[in-house]
Amino acid sequence: MAVSKRIVLHFPKRLVNRPIVSRLIKDYDLEFNILKALVTPEEEGLLVLELSGEQTEYDKGIRYLTETGVRIQSLSQDVLRNEERCTHCGACITICPSDAFELDPLTRQVSFYNEKCVACVLCIKACPPRAMEVHF
Amino acid sequence: MAKTIEEINEKIKQGKAVVVTAEEIIGIAREKGVKQAAEEVDVVTTGTFGPMCSSGAYFNTGHTRPRIKLGGGKTLLNDVPAYTGLAAADLFIGATALPDDDPRNKVHPGEFNYGGGHVIEELVDGKDIRLEATAYGTDCYPRKKLETLINIKDLNDAVLFNIRNAYQNYNVAANTSDKTIYTYMGVLRANLGNINYATAGQLSPLLNDPHYKTIGIGTRIFLGGGTGFVAWQGTQHNPDVPRTEKGAPKRGAGTLCVIGDLKQMSPRWLVGTSMLGYGCTLTVGVGVPIPILSEEILGYTTVTDAEIFGAVIDYSSDYPNMKADILGEVSYGQLKSGKVKLKGKEIPTASLSSYPRAVEIAQTLKEWIINGKFLLTQPVAPLPGVESGITFKPLKERPIEE
Repeated sequence: MAVSKRIVLHFPKRLVNRPIVSRLIKDYDLEFNILKALVTPEEEGLLVLELSGEQTEYDKGIRYLTETGVRIQSLSQDVLRNEERCTHCGACITICPSDAFELDPLTRQVSFYNEKCVACVLCIKACPPRAMEVHF
Repeated sequence: MAKTIEEINEKIKQGKAVVVTAEEIIGIAREKGVKQAAEEVDVVTTGTFGPMCSSGAYFNTGHTRPRIKLGGGKTLLNDVPAYTGLAAADLFIGATALPDDDPRNKVHPGEFNYGGGHVIEELVDGKDIRLEATAYGTDCYPRKKLETLINIKDLNDAVLFNIRNAYQNYNVAANTSDKTIYTYMGVLRANLGNINYATAGQLSPLLNDPHYKTIGIGTRIFLGGGTGFVAWQGTQHNPDVPRTEKGAPKRGAGTLCVIGDLKQMSPRWLVGTSMLGYGCTLTVGVGVPIPILSEEILGYTTVTDAEIFGAVIDYSSDYPNMKADILGEVSYGQLKSGKVKLKGKEIPTASLSSYPRAVEIAQTLKEWIINGKFLLTQPVAPLPGVESGITFKPLKERPIEE
């Protein structure tokens, strides 16, 4: 069975210079699409990937990453909406490049589908009441 | 069928008033006809919830021992400067005020994470606010420095006083340039990438009483989750603009100056707001009841989004340069469909004003009236109408000669 998931990888300093992600292709026949890559001043690496392949190989790939010392989070937990602060104005709708926000034509409530979110974070600062939060 | 406000108030007290929202009245009038609807319905409630920059609050902090004259000195509330050009213990904080050390647009677009609007929200939320003041000292007010926490419950007065709210219609914003711009109408993408608008349309207070026949000075309203009053026409009140046959202005027109006790308001309806690259502001909830005194007045409240038009303005050049040109006129019905056609292009639209929250305001006000908690007031004076001759003038600059 094929799977495709968006995940956040945290590379500790000692792993930043090692070829790790390339082994996902070579050894586990996985495909990936880099959504975001960043090395912080303390040299911790952060990579947001869309990773796809056969479930069994995918699981092996993830096990390999974990054993190497990479910390993995699933992306859907990373951009969150603070429901208390959201006023459902809709300013986010035309900002989002991946159509993760949807307006209900009847109630005019705005829904956020984080499975569609590619963590580009454009909405974070464009949201007037600052209801969108990024958690890495 | 003409009713009076006294008669409607009598029905409210007896729990017999028929109250509906400006959204509900559309279907009722369509079904029963305007004449019968006007006989049956006593009050139509409206609402709007959007960023309104000309908002602020004043308070009296109480006097310290020994006394300090904040007036004429410098006072910061959570690092945001308050206006002190008043008596010793009175302060005013405006929604757009920024901490002195905020980087503003030095790195464009600036984030504007915290300003006067946020101070007002936190104050209303019952949070302690840091007050730091310096003064010059006098014989009767000797103290020169004050650092303390303040809390809304301890203030002598805390009053929301917004000199321009609830714009009767507003510009629809677009960007024809080749780069993204950051405006008070939100982020506008290049080459007409999106269009933003900011009104509750068919629910908006002044669009339901386009000629100000019932809303006037002294009208009791829903303000920030509590009750307040219309104090005056708002600044830039400009009734003389092109209008539809039913009276709806096609440009920004009337405005309201509103006032109310901040102590009974709620942070749900006064939200500190950050406009990327532009500044801080306050999103304010305003709801106005419209007494159905005649068929004519009911007729106005049946206005629909399809019958309200706004002018699309280019915020990349025409707006900053004060040019009156417009890119076109679109209805709020079109805007709310999610896309509009303009210049041969289908453009996605977004709102800066929350329609679901406007509905909630109109519903809340309706419940207050039905439950006898909110009586209507007779305005003590009307807002200036088209006949007032008011015009909206630009600033005519003149050189200062020494």
